[in-house]
Amino acid sequence: MPDRPEQHVAVRPGHPLAALVVGLGGAVGGLARLGVAEVLPHAPGTWAWSTFVANASGCAALAALVVVLAARFPDSHLPRLLLGTGVLGGYTTFSTFSVDVVELLRAGRGAMAGAYIGGSVASMLLATVVGLLLARVVLGVRGPR
Amino acid sequence: MTWWAVALGAACGAPCRYLLDAAVSSRFGRRLPWGTLSVNLLGSAAAGVLAGVVVRRPLDDTLVALLGAGFLAAFTTASTFAFEVIALAESGHRRGAALIVLLSVGIGIALAYAGFRLGLVL
Repeated sequence: MPDRPEQHVAVRPGHPLAALVVGLGGAVGGLARLGVAEVLPHAPGTWAWSTFVANASGCAALAALVVVLAARFPDSHLPRLLLGTGVLGGYTTFSTFSVDVVELLRAGRGAMAGAYIGGSVASMLLATVVGLLLARVVLGVRGPR
Repeated sequence: MTWWAVALGAACGAPCRYLLDAAVSSRFGRRLPWGTLSVNLLGSAAAGVLAGVVVRRPLDDTLVALLGAGFLAAFTTASTFAFEVIALAESGHRRGAALIVLLSVGIGIALAYAGFRLGLVL
Protein backbone atom coordinates (compact mmCIF):
# COMPACT_ATOMS: atom_id res chain seq x y z
CA MET A 1 0.00 0.00 0.00
CA PRO A 2 1.66 3.20 -1.13
CA ASP A 3 1.92 6.19 1.13
CA ARG A 4 -0.32 9.03 0.06
CA PRO A 5 -0.99 12.47 1.54
CA GLU A 6 -4.48 11.68 2.76
CA GLN A 7 -3.74 8.17 3.94
CA HIS A 8 -2.92 9.06 7.54
CA VAL A 9 -5.76 11.51 7.82
CA ALA A 10 -8.89 10.28 9.53
CA VAL A 11 -10.97 10.61 6.37
CA ARG A 12 -14.46 11.34 7.49
CA PRO A 13 -16.40 12.70 4.54
CA GLY A 14 -18.84 15.29 5.79
CA HIS A 15 -16.82 16.11 8.90
CA PRO A 16 -17.37 19.88 8.97
CA LEU A 17 -14.10 20.81 10.68
CA ALA A 18 -11.95 18.89 8.17
CA ALA A 19 -13.61 20.55 5.16
CA LEU A 20 -13.31 23.96 6.84
CA VAL A 21 -9.59 23.50 7.49
CA VAL A 22 -9.01 22.34 3.89
CA GLY A 23 -10.99 25.33 2.62
CA LEU A 24 -8.94 27.79 4.68
CA GLY A 25 -5.72 26.27 3.36
CA GLY A 26 -7.09 26.20 -0.18
CA ALA A 27 -7.78 29.95 -0.09
CA VAL A 28 -4.19 30.62 0.99
CA GLY A 29 -2.83 28.30 -1.70
CA GLY A 30 -5.01 29.87 -4.40
CA LEU A 31 -3.77 33.34 -3.44
CA ALA A 32 -0.15 32.13 -3.56
CA ARG A 33 -0.76 30.73 -7.07
CA LEU A 34 -2.30 34.07 -8.07
CA GLY A 35 0.87 35.76 -6.77
CA VAL A 36 3.00 33.55 -9.01
CA ALA A 37 0.74 34.42 -11.96
CA GLU A 38 1.22 38.14 -11.23
CA VAL A 39 5.00 37.74 -11.25
CA LEU A 40 5.05 35.48 -14.35
CA PRO A 41 2.24 36.66 -16.66
CA HIS A 42 1.69 34.97 -20.03
CA ALA A 43 -0.65 35.53 -22.98
CA PRO A 44 -3.08 32.68 -23.82
CA GLY A 45 -1.49 30.29 -26.31
CA THR A 46 2.03 30.84 -24.98
CA TRP A 47 4.15 28.83 -22.51
CA ALA A 48 2.50 29.20 -19.09
CA TRP A 49 5.47 29.62 -16.76
CA SER A 50 3.17 30.53 -13.87
CA THR A 51 1.42 27.13 -13.93
CA PHE A 52 4.72 25.36 -14.56
CA VAL A 53 6.53 27.04 -11.64
CA ALA A 54 3.60 26.81 -9.19
CA ASN A 55 3.13 23.10 -9.89
CA ALA A 56 6.82 22.16 -9.68
CA SER A 57 7.41 24.16 -6.48
CA GLY A 58 4.19 22.85 -4.93
CA CYS A 59 5.15 19.24 -5.73
CA ALA A 60 8.55 19.64 -4.03
CA ALA A 61 6.92 21.30 -1.02
CA LEU A 62 4.24 18.60 -0.59
CA ALA A 63 6.81 15.79 -0.79
CA ALA A 64 9.00 17.48 1.84
CA LEU A 65 5.95 18.23 4.00
CA VAL A 66 4.81 14.60 4.01
CA VAL A 67 8.28 13.43 5.13
CA VAL A 68 8.53 16.11 7.84
CA LEU A 69 5.05 15.45 9.21
CA ALA A 70 5.51 11.67 9.19
CA ALA A 71 8.81 12.05 11.08
CA ARG A 72 7.92 14.82 13.52
CA PHE A 73 4.12 14.82 13.92
CA PRO A 74 3.02 11.27 13.06
CA ASP A 75 -0.18 11.47 15.13
CA SER A 76 -1.33 14.93 14.09
CA HIS A 77 -3.86 15.10 11.22
CA LEU A 78 -4.46 18.82 11.24
CA PRO A 79 -1.19 20.06 9.64
CA ARG A 80 -1.54 17.61 6.77
CA LEU A 81 -5.12 18.69 6.09
CA LEU A 82 -4.32 22.40 6.38
CA LEU A 83 -0.93 22.53 4.63
CA GLY A 84 -1.00 19.48 2.35
CA THR A 85 -4.58 18.98 1.17
CA GLY A 86 -5.47 22.65 1.65
CA VAL A 87 -2.58 25.03 0.93
CA LEU A 88 -0.46 22.93 -1.46
CA GLY A 89 -3.46 21.20 -3.04
CA GLY A 90 -4.97 24.63 -3.71
CA TYR A 91 -1.63 26.12 -4.81
CA THR A 92 -1.01 23.47 -7.47
CA THR A 93 -3.49 22.80 -10.26
CA PHE A 94 -4.16 20.20 -12.91
CA SER A 95 -7.09 21.87 -14.69
CA THR A 96 -5.08 25.00 -15.55
CA PHE A 97 -2.30 22.79 -16.92
CA SER A 98 -4.82 20.96 -19.16
CA VAL A 99 -6.32 24.23 -20.42
CA ASP A 100 -2.82 25.67 -21.00
CA VAL A 101 -2.23 22.75 -23.39
CA VAL A 102 -5.57 23.34 -25.16
CA GLU A 103 -4.68 27.03 -25.59
CA LEU A 104 -1.28 26.11 -27.09
CA LEU A 105 -2.97 23.69 -29.53
CA ARG A 106 -5.52 26.38 -30.46
CA ALA A 107 -2.67 28.76 -31.22
CA GLY A 108 -1.24 26.15 -33.60
CA ARG A 109 1.81 25.52 -31.38
CA GLY A 110 1.68 21.71 -31.42
CA ALA A 111 5.39 21.19 -30.78
CA MET A 112 5.36 23.61 -27.87
CA ALA A 113 2.26 21.87 -26.48
CA GLY A 114 4.14 18.56 -26.56
CA ALA A 115 7.15 20.12 -24.85
CA TYR A 116 4.89 21.77 -22.27
CA ILE A 117 3.20 18.45 -21.46
CA GLY A 118 6.48 16.55 -21.18
CA GLY A 119 8.24 19.34 -19.32
CA SER A 120 5.38 19.85 -16.87
CA VAL A 121 4.99 16.16 -16.01
CA ALA A 122 8.76 15.65 -15.75
CA SER A 123 9.18 18.71 -13.53
CA MET A 124 6.30 17.65 -11.23
CA LEU A 125 7.71 14.14 -10.77
CA LEU A 126 11.32 15.29 -10.47
CA ALA A 127 10.40 18.01 -7.97
CA THR A 128 8.55 15.40 -5.89
CA VAL A 129 11.62 13.13 -5.85
CA VAL A 130 13.89 16.07 -4.95
CA GLY A 131 11.52 17.15 -2.15
CA LEU A 132 11.37 13.61 -0.76
CA LEU A 133 15.14 13.03 -0.89
CA LEU A 134 16.07 16.46 0.50
CA ALA A 135 13.68 16.12 3.44
CA ARG A 136 14.88 12.56 4.17
CA VAL A 137 18.54 13.65 4.10
CA VAL A 138 17.91 16.71 6.29
CA LEU A 139 15.87 14.74 8.85
CA GLY A 140 18.00 11.60 8.58
CA VAL A 141 15.03 9.32 7.88
CA ARG A 142 14.89 6.46 5.39
CA GLY A 143 12.54 5.91 2.48
CA PRO A 144 10.18 2.94 2.13
CA ARG A 145 12.89 0.67 0.68
CA MET B 1 -9.37 43.18 -8.23
CA THR B 2 -10.02 39.47 -8.58
CA TRP B 3 -7.88 38.20 -5.67
CA TRP B 4 -10.86 37.74 -3.36
CA ALA B 5 -12.71 35.81 -6.07
CA VAL B 6 -9.73 33.45 -6.45
CA ALA B 7 -9.53 33.04 -2.65
CA LEU B 8 -13.27 32.39 -2.33
CA GLY B 9 -13.31 29.96 -5.26
CA ALA B 10 -10.28 28.08 -3.92
CA ALA B 11 -11.82 27.99 -0.43
CA CYS B 12 -14.74 26.04 -1.98
CA GLY B 13 -12.76 24.03 -4.57
CA ALA B 14 -10.23 22.51 -2.16
CA PRO B 15 -12.79 20.99 0.26
CA CYS B 16 -14.82 19.69 -2.71
CA ARG B 17 -11.65 17.90 -3.88
CA TYR B 18 -11.11 16.51 -0.39
CA LEU B 19 -14.67 15.21 -0.11
CA LEU B 20 -14.85 13.73 -3.63
CA ASP B 21 -11.41 12.12 -3.22
CA ALA B 22 -12.53 10.56 0.06
CA ALA B 23 -15.80 9.31 -1.46
CA VAL B 24 -14.12 7.79 -4.54
CA SER B 25 -11.30 6.27 -2.49
CA SER B 26 -13.71 4.60 -0.05
CA ARG B 27 -15.80 3.29 -2.97
CA PHE B 28 -13.02 2.03 -5.26
CA GLY B 29 -10.19 1.43 -2.79
CA ARG B 30 -6.75 2.95 -2.39
CA ARG B 31 -4.64 0.49 -4.37
CA LEU B 32 -4.44 3.12 -7.08
CA PRO B 33 -5.26 6.83 -6.46
CA TRP B 34 -8.62 6.91 -8.28
CA GLY B 35 -9.83 9.82 -6.14
CA THR B 36 -7.17 12.25 -7.35
CA LEU B 37 -7.62 10.99 -10.92
CA SER B 38 -11.36 11.69 -10.67
CA VAL B 39 -11.00 15.28 -9.47
CA ASN B 40 -8.30 16.05 -12.04
CA LEU B 41 -10.30 14.65 -14.96
CA LEU B 42 -13.57 16.26 -13.85
CA GLY B 43 -11.85 19.60 -13.19
CA SER B 44 -9.99 19.54 -16.53
CA ALA B 45 -13.23 18.92 -18.44
CA ALA B 46 -15.01 21.74 -16.59
CA ALA B 47 -12.10 24.14 -17.07
CA GLY B 48 -12.16 23.34 -20.79
CA VAL B 49 -15.89 24.17 -20.96
CA LEU B 50 -15.25 27.47 -19.16
CA ALA B 51 -12.40 28.36 -21.55
CA GLY B 52 -14.65 27.61 -24.53
CA VAL B 53 -17.61 29.61 -23.20
CA VAL B 54 -15.37 32.62 -22.54
CA VAL B 55 -14.23 32.67 -26.20
CA ARG B 56 -17.76 33.11 -27.52
CA ARG B 57 -19.28 35.34 -24.88
CA PRO B 58 -16.99 37.39 -22.65
CA LEU B 59 -18.03 36.75 -19.06
CA ASP B 60 -17.37 39.02 -16.12
CA ASP B 61 -13.66 38.80 -15.16
CA THR B 62 -14.49 38.27 -11.51
CA LEU B 63 -16.82 35.36 -12.31
CA VAL B 64 -14.18 33.71 -14.53
CA ALA B 65 -11.56 34.14 -11.78
CA LEU B 66 -13.95 32.70 -9.18
CA LEU B 67 -14.72 29.60 -11.27
CA GLY B 68 -11.42 29.06 -13.12
CA ALA B 69 -8.37 30.30 -11.18
CA GLY B 70 -10.32 29.88 -7.94
CA PHE B 71 -12.64 26.88 -7.76
CA LEU B 72 -11.45 24.58 -10.58
CA ALA B 73 -7.73 25.25 -10.10
CA ALA B 74 -7.99 24.39 -6.39
CA PHE B 75 -10.43 21.52 -7.04
CA THR B 76 -7.66 19.83 -9.07
CA THR B 77 -4.15 19.19 -7.82
CA ALA B 78 -0.72 18.53 -9.31
CA SER B 79 1.10 18.02 -6.01
CA THR B 80 -1.01 15.10 -4.77
CA PHE B 81 -1.01 13.57 -8.28
CA ALA B 82 2.81 13.63 -8.47
CA PHE B 83 3.22 12.47 -4.87
CA GLU B 84 0.96 9.47 -5.38
CA VAL B 85 2.75 8.52 -8.62
CA ILE B 86 6.17 8.64 -6.95
CA ALA B 87 4.85 6.78 -3.88
CA LEU B 88 3.52 4.02 -6.18
CA ALA B 89 6.85 3.80 -8.01
CA GLU B 90 8.83 3.75 -4.73
CA SER B 91 6.72 0.89 -3.39
CA GLY B 92 7.38 -1.14 -6.54
CA HIS B 93 4.12 -0.46 -8.40
CA ARG B 94 5.81 0.99 -11.45
CA ARG B 95 3.10 -0.07 -13.88
CA GLY B 96 0.42 1.47 -11.68
CA ALA B 97 2.45 4.70 -11.52
CA ALA B 98 2.82 4.80 -15.31
CA LEU B 99 -0.88 4.05 -15.75
CA ILE B 100 -1.91 6.95 -13.49
CA VAL B 101 0.40 9.37 -15.37
CA LEU B 102 -0.94 8.25 -18.76
CA LEU B 103 -4.61 8.37 -17.68
CA SER B 104 -4.28 11.73 -15.89
CA VAL B 105 -2.41 13.52 -18.67
CA GLY B 106 -3.92 11.79 -21.71
CA ILE B 107 -7.56 11.79 -20.67
CA GLY B 108 -7.21 15.09 -18.77
CA ILE B 109 -6.07 16.97 -21.87
CA ALA B 110 -8.55 15.14 -24.12
CA LEU B 111 -11.42 16.06 -21.78
CA ALA B 112 -10.22 19.68 -21.55
CA TYR B 113 -10.21 19.83 -25.36
CA ALA B 114 -13.64 18.18 -25.65
CA GLY B 115 -14.94 20.53 -22.96
CA PHE B 116 -13.52 23.49 -24.85
CA ARG B 117 -15.31 22.43 -28.05
CA LEU B 118 -18.52 21.98 -26.07
CA GLY B 119 -18.09 25.39 -24.44
CA LEU B 120 -17.81 27.00 -27.88
CA VAL B 121 -21.35 25.91 -28.82
CA LEU B 122 -23.01 26.47 -25.43
